[in-house]
Amino acid sequence: MTKLIDLPTQEHLLPGNRACAGCALGIGLRSILKALEGKVVMTVPASCLTVFGGMYPTTSVTVPWLNVAFPATAAAAAGLAAGLRATGRAGEMTVLAMAGDGGTADIGLQGLSGAAERNDDFIYVCYDNEAYMNTGTQRSGSTPARARTTTTTLGKRENPKDVPRIMEAHGVPYVASTSAVYPDDVYDKLVKARGMTGLRYVHMSTPCPSGWAFDPKDSVRLGQAAVDAGLVVLYEIERGAFRLTGRSRVLARRGALKPVKEYLQAQGRFQGLSPEEVAEVQGWVDRRWAEYLRRDAEGPSA
Amino acid sequence: MSDAITAVMTGNEAAATAARLARVQVVAAYPITPQSPVVETLCRWVEEGELEAEFVRVESEHSALTVCIAAASIGARTFTATSANGLAYMNEQIWWAAGARLPLVLCCANRAMAAPWNVLNDQQDSMSVRDAGWVQLYCRDNQEILDTTLQAYRLAESLQVPVMVCYDGFLLSHTVAPVAIPSEAAVDEFLPRGKALPVLDLSDPRNVGPVTLADPRPDSRGVLCHGYMEFRALHHRALGAALQAIPEVDRAFAGTFGRSWGGLTFGHLLEDAEVALVAAGSLAAELSVVAEALRGEGIRAGVLGIRAYRPFPREAVRAALAGKRLCQVFDKAVSYGHEGPICSDLRGALAGVAGAPPVFGAIVGLGGRDVTTATLAGAVRRAVADLVAGVRDRPEEWVDLRL
Repeated sequence: MTKLIDLPTQEHLLPGNRACAGCALGIGLRSILKALEGKVVMTVPASCLTVFGGMYPTTSVTVPWLNVAFPATAAAAAGLAAGLRATGRAGEMTVLAMAGDGGTADIGLQGLSGAAERNDDFIYVCYDNEAYMNTGTQRSGSTPARARTTTTTLGKRENPKDVPRIMEAHGVPYVASTSAVYPDDVYDKLVKARGMTGLRYVHMSTPCPSGWAFDPKDSVRLGQAAVDAGLVVLYEIERGAFRLTGRSRVLARRGALKPVKEYLQAQGRFQGLSPEEVAEVQGWVDRRWAEYLRRDAEGPSA
Repeated sequence: MSDAITAVMTGNEAAATAARLARVQVVAAYPITPQSPVVETLCRWVEEGELEAEFVRVESEHSALTVCIAAASIGARTFTATSANGLAYMNEQIWWAAGARLPLVLCCANRAMAAPWNVLNDQQDSMSVRDAGWVQLYCRDNQEILDTTLQAYRLAESLQVPVMVCYDGFLLSHTVAPVAIPSEAAVDEFLPRGKALPVLDLSDPRNVGPVTLADPRPDSRGVLCHGYMEFRALHHRALGAALQAIPEVDRAFAGTFGRSWGGLTFGHLLEDAEVALVAAGSLAAELSVVAEALRGEGIRAGVLGIRAYRPFPREAVRAALAGKRLCQVFDKAVSYGHEGPICSDLRGALAGVAGAPPVFGAIVGLGGRDVTTATLAGAVRRAVADLVAGVRDRPEEWVDLRL
């Protein structure tokens, strides 16, 4: 595993963008572009990420970047990959599709499923800030239960879609779950994905101070707390073999997650939960964690 | 010889043949009647090695056009085809492709829009996206489908605007006719490769299609760059430039292949006609037969065919209709709550023109309702009778309606 101090120092994201203070997406995007060494063409739908892309005629990103319509990310990446092959340039750069959780779990899911079934040759990163943050915090299919958003003012009733699992069911060669606040984990997963062909899916948790309602200085701490409490789990599924990675691997060895209560209480969107509601979230986390532990224990032969 | 052979083929096969001759590099499409045979044919050619192209078997029309948008952005020549609800499902990307100024070519086998379901022909589908900023060309027969699709690539790549080649579903898409197939060498000369503009390049990274504000903004060197409205104005001007480019490309095509399709419009018995019959697509060809028959009974009729519907050939139709006594338009589409789209545009083009004829509208053939020459001739006779009776304006007639 690459150590933080050994990550490449060359940046492909320039200083100066209009992202919110404390947005973890900037950390994640920097790690991703480092892993791809800037040899990448990106395609991006309407989302917070376009804020990093900037407003015409200025940009803070130093790689080719194709903006596309909201549902279009995966198909655009398929088109870029096909276009590069057709013009004899497939080896020159990696195609990176990068969309938010709404653009992935909701409006973009059909196109992503099509591309995954065809096993088109690109890396897809879903950065998951757990709601439609760029339009002002409306609930998405990836919003956790009990979170308050502008369209779930009493708290969301449903658990989020498990998009990595949906992608795994398509039989793509690589599926990973990571968190933007662990640059080393993001970097290693992208490096591994870069070395493979076919559709590689990386789901990246991305704490959002404005949407989750916490102090921007705490983004990294909160992202780490999400992993410690098991709401976010770091793992990879390489050609069907499941493996916990990074902090989640450490937690599995130690045998205990932290209770979700502290993590929930640190965010405005979860204020006022009853003990029963907290227990409900805890139950969901515990069931998922047990499943991850079981799969991890089965090892590479799984 | 610019034509290699003549073969009997459907309109769909003519479209596919044109895409092959244009050496398209990326094809993406989704099945829909009556377009499906176009992409089935192309897929077979790719799989058999007759066409060196990437064929992306997408899960929807939205993705089909998205693949073309992205592949064209990286410099590949692309092709897709669709009909009706497929075109409607693409709608977001129809606008995106045009605003992004990509040289795409799309064949639309015209079909009625649901609901209720109907797979047969009218022109409501493509007419409904007339405002999106594509060049729209309507074909009257299978040869014109092949030739226009080839012309479409030259137009698209010279103007940096997408071109929609429209032809009537079933009436042309599934009807066989002899079609002269140009030789590959002649097409290569007419459509040189490498003209497509790659806008995504590692050595010159760009952010393509970002948020663009209403007003111009300076770049990092302080140079003022366009706002949204400037980009839209340039797009509008490119469509305006197509009014010159479409006839030029048609002339160049005639120079190589010996066939001209009239550029923006075409006439049949039009010069000395008193009654001009106006339509787009195969209906215009059928009206030629009607005009000839009507002349036998003393109505001096002629046909003005609309080949380019967008950009709308305002000057050309003004010139062609000057001095006529009556203009009878037949639309296979409706702007619900108003009238037929060609009728509307024609009225607009003639408004305020001294001596312009009255324009009567007719709606025909929706959802594949059979349009016979007798039906059309009857409509013209009624229009002429109204004119003789002093009528200068009237609501559009829904021809052969049986309510």
